[in-house]
Amino acid sequence: MDDNVIICHCEDVTWGEIRKALEDGYTTLDEIKRITRAGMGRCQGNTCRRIILGEIANFCHKKIEDLDVSTFRPPTKPIKLGTLAGGEDD
Amino acid sequence: MIKKAEVVIIGGGVIGCSIAYNLAKLGCKDVVLFEKNSLSSGATGRCGAGIRQQFGTKMNCILARESIKIFENLSQELDYDIELNQGGYLILAYTEREVNQFKKNVALESSLDIDARFISVDEAKEIVPPLNTEGILAATFCPTDGHANPFKTNFAYAEAAQRLGAKIYTFTRVKEIKTKDNQVISVITDKEKILTPIVVNAAGGYSGEIGEMAGVDLPVYSQRHQILVTEPLDPLFRPMLMSFSRNFYCQQTPHGSILMGCGDPNEPKGYDIGTSWQFAREISQKMTTIVPLLKEVSMIRQWAGLYNMSPDAQPILGEHPQVKGFYMAIGFSGHGFMLAPITSKLIAELILKRKTSLPIDKLEIGRFERGELILEPSVV
Repeated sequence: MDDNVIICHCEDVTWGEIRKALEDGYTTLDEIKRITRAGMGRCQGNTCRRIILGEIANFCHKKIEDLDVSTFRPPTKPIKLGTLAGGEDD
Repeated sequence: MIKKAEVVIIGGGVIGCSIAYNLAKLGCKDVVLFEKNSLSSGATGRCGAGIRQQFGTKMNCILARESIKIFENLSQELDYDIELNQGGYLILAYTEREVNQFKKNVALESSLDIDARFISVDEAKEIVPPLNTEGILAATFCPTDGHANPFKTNFAYAEAAQRLGAKIYTFTRVKEIKTKDNQVISVITDKEKILTPIVVNAAGGYSGEIGEMAGVDLPVYSQRHQILVTEPLDPLFRPMLMSFSRNFYCQQTPHGSILMGCGDPNEPKGYDIGTSWQFAREISQKMTTIVPLLKEVSMIRQWAGLYNMSPDAQPILGEHPQVKGFYMAIGFSGHGFMLAPITSKLIAELILKRKTSLPIDKLEIGRFERGELILEPSVV
């Protein structure tokens, strides 16, 4: 894959940045996320998570199902603070 | 083969990694660090990333001031951009009690050469134009406060430590600390045994458990604190906005996203790091009132981490009086990231029997038994 290919579209993270993190010894999704910001954008990794996991599996000669996945954090979709603030008391 | 180390550090957060670096820098050749998960997986990777010198106790002020001095050159020292951004901390006073406390704080800070000022509401509005000043009586501002990237700061320390010969083992859980005649002799992990005369407890939220392994009851507890982050925006305001009485902090990062968090006075002690919608609603209500244009900004993620609280909200540093070789850098009470650069240096000096750059006897664990508590009033 070309180094300039964008893997995380929300945070503009390229394959080159992810490859470098792998080569520096950061071989978990969490670590790559923390170093590159891949998966930290608006879509929360829905686009790039599987691609990066596939590349970690290739790099480490492991199966994807044996890899740790980052915690899925709320919300599922971005929500305006004004909307959140307007909720009724229960 | 049984391994040996001069020093074993437990915890791969910024406290542990910065201690590893400072020990190696001072010439300790044989430093080993164990982290049960990945680096920054605990409080370091979950913190609000702020660095402030505006505290209410002399000790916290001095530690923070010296930390900032190190932070200012840390990217060069560690050869890694830690994204330090000194946009200041704007701390808002909403009550007369806070006005009086802040006047005292600023007098203390000024006496310690910290560039904090007591300012009017109009001045606060100039610094943060989108601020809703309703209810604000005054503020304090320190322009050299700011924030840095906690992940990168920690990786920078870890990589620099490794270049100097320290060994870092992630996904390695410490199971036991063996002592003989009240002296540390070895550490047993889920993978191996390692002989060592010195163990450093830098386990953050889990430091109490590490204390139990060494047979001591440490006066710390852990408590969840939650944060959320918004989508990235064009620059809106530079300083960290903070209030103790309204209980919030909020800052735009260089990336453009806005971090915000608050404490919960009813939060139980414990290890829960789940998230709650009640928090998201509460902080949204607060921040959309204080900075109304945030109403149109979307939250994209929320998470939580553990504060490791000490009885006086100041760190506990030094060797345990009952277990020789058992050192602690714990109880940072929400300020571990900002205090890491100086405290790690002090702990390294202490372990290697050097003269410490600052006197730290007042941060020893014995202060609680001696009743020398000076409570830090300025914690969110």
